[in-house]
Amino acid sequence: MSELYIAKEKFPDAVRRLMDGSRVYGPVLEGQYHSFAQLKEPEDADLSFQNTRLSPKGLFNPQAERMFRFSLAKGDPEAGIVKEVPKDYSPRIILGIRPCDAVAFQLDDKNFDTETIQDPWWVKRRETTTMVGLACNSPCGTCFCTSVGTGPFDPAGLDVLLTDVGAGYVARGITEKGKKLLSGMVGGSEVSPRAAAKAAELKKAAEGSLGKVFDTGALAKKSMLELFNASFWDEIQFSCINCGTCTFLCPTCWCFDIQDETCQESGERLRLWDSCMFPLFTLHGSGHNPRAQKLQRVRQRFMHKLKYYPEKYKGGVACVGCGRCVKACPVNIDIRRVARTMSAGCSCPA
Amino acid sequence: MRAYTEKIREAAKRLFAEKRVDAVIGFRKGTVPFMNEPFLAKDVDQVDQLYWDSNCGVNLANYLPKRTDRVAIVAKGCDSRNIVVQLLENQIKREQLVILGAPCRGMIDRRRIAAELKGKEALQTNEAGGKILVAGRDFETALDREAFLQENCAICIHRNPVIYDELVGDLVPEQENVDRYADVRQVEAMSPEERRQYFDTLIAPCIRCYACRNACPACYCPTCFVDEAAPQWVGKTTDPTDTRTFHFLRAYHLAGRCTDCGACERACPVAIKVRQFTKKLEKDVKELYGYEVGLSLDQRPPLDTYQPGDPEPFIK
Repeated sequence: MSELYIAKEKFPDAVRRLMDGSRVYGPVLEGQYHSFAQLKEPEDADLSFQNTRLSPKGLFNPQAERMFRFSLAKGDPEAGIVKEVPKDYSPRIILGIRPCDAVAFQLDDKNFDTETIQDPWWVKRRETTTMVGLACNSPCGTCFCTSVGTGPFDPAGLDVLLTDVGAGYVARGITEKGKKLLSGMVGGSEVSPRAAAKAAELKKAAEGSLGKVFDTGALAKKSMLELFNASFWDEIQFSCINCGTCTFLCPTCWCFDIQDETCQESGERLRLWDSCMFPLFTLHGSGHNPRAQKLQRVRQRFMHKLKYYPEKYKGGVACVGCGRCVKACPVNIDIRRVARTMSAGCSCPA
Repeated sequence: MRAYTEKIREAAKRLFAEKRVDAVIGFRKGTVPFMNEPFLAKDVDQVDQLYWDSNCGVNLANYLPKRTDRVAIVAKGCDSRNIVVQLLENQIKREQLVILGAPCRGMIDRRRIAAELKGKEALQTNEAGGKILVAGRDFETALDREAFLQENCAICIHRNPVIYDELVGDLVPEQENVDRYADVRQVEAMSPEERRQYFDTLIAPCIRCYACRNACPACYCPTCFVDEAAPQWVGKTTDPTDTRTFHFLRAYHLAGRCTDCGACERACPVAIKVRQFTKKLEKDVKELYGYEVGLSLDQRPPLDTYQPGDPEPFIK
């Protein structure tokens, strides 16, 4: 089934049915902010949310992942041999993920799932997850998805796209996985022409509210070295306090660190989110740090997203315009302003 | 407070013209409501970007350590106290600074506003006559400014700068009869188990981004203990042990040094009330040593000196 309508009063039952065979994650309000958490009851999901504070990337790339375990016990023949820590690959559904966040995973795939290297955990989690996205009827003032090649109704990263048309949802199956999910959904009915028209109208209005806040095309034409050496980084970097807020909240920042933690006769190998904002990120064993200065780190973050990634992967910028960094930066560094500065004329030091 | 903007620009232009400073540290207007960006004006052409309103809660003293040039800095009461701390700790020299004192009536807490708006998004904001005017897609509302101050500002008793070269506005009346420690007393009254639970719940959302540490003008160690790699003192996970270690050590490092400027709490992306740690230390230092941080250049902080009369109730 490729499209159906579910009235809101029937939606909890439909979700409950999904929960029978899958772990279902949804936007749950905890304190002031929403986050993607496993639902215990369908009602836990608050689909009236704007977006979650943290992106859902932790569901695929946890902040701290136990990769392996090992023994250090004297006399243990297996001492020092790393063994994979079992992970839960049972089917799961992410309900209510925003289109931009789903596109972010496609950008990350270019790092974690390539022809030559596949990150097994990333790949398996991607395979066993179905994304039931929720279109953004009212994008935030900090959203700029349409400036970076996606949009509030972009189905590209989703299996199913839900549109809230008031009294119910129009659910559109995008992939085979999504269509299969819809065919097993209870309480659905045919989409009335009125609901279909409403969904189309909402899409147009949402996209129209966003506009283009910077030009990635102009950025692509800039010389990498010219940007790298530009004098404007000094102004951009001033206010940065080099915390990890932007990178940790970002759906496309994937950088990590691998560490062994040991306790007495056993240990674990952990994969941990890391941030290019931290000086330790690039500190060499020799003591040399190629990015010892704040300016170098700030430049790295924006250059990686807006210049290095597009040049390396030929697929647009590594930003989906979710606006989390804009909203949460403690000192109001705004990637939209930075991108405009980068794509406008840049004066290089002599 | 918007009148300050003109005064700040005037002062900056004059200081550049008189060649008294190489740069001016202030704010420029933010790109989102309830935020302004710390800004370094390097020449007179940039002066007109300087800006001031009730969303200048970031503590600008954070941008002083390690500077080698002569700078003017706009300083609220708390910023000025942190400058005193930095002077006492030899992080900057007084002769490098021109302090533009900004008497303060408290800064707006954008989270309180967000909570009040219950999911509606503020897109425009303005201030007039003690009201905060907020407008969004389908609404407009006027909020009482006093009710939406940062928590530290609501209980602030040093709104006027304690050290300055000139003022950008008239001194404001200081708040009196303020109960600064009602929340600390509540925690003190808890059993150890309740208290542990209280702090564990408090820091549960922590993502270890270190925004609280990095926003703090008293956190300037060349290498923070959490960034030490050989040996590594603390794990980088969000496991409660690691998170606790970070928060406890961060707080203790600020004992007798924290001015309760609220920069940490304001910076936290997940709204953790990190001042709950430092306020207890502030209360203890005040009660044990009668010391308020950052008020005077003439007195060494109690924790970096020894007096024969120092309390020692911990020696039994």
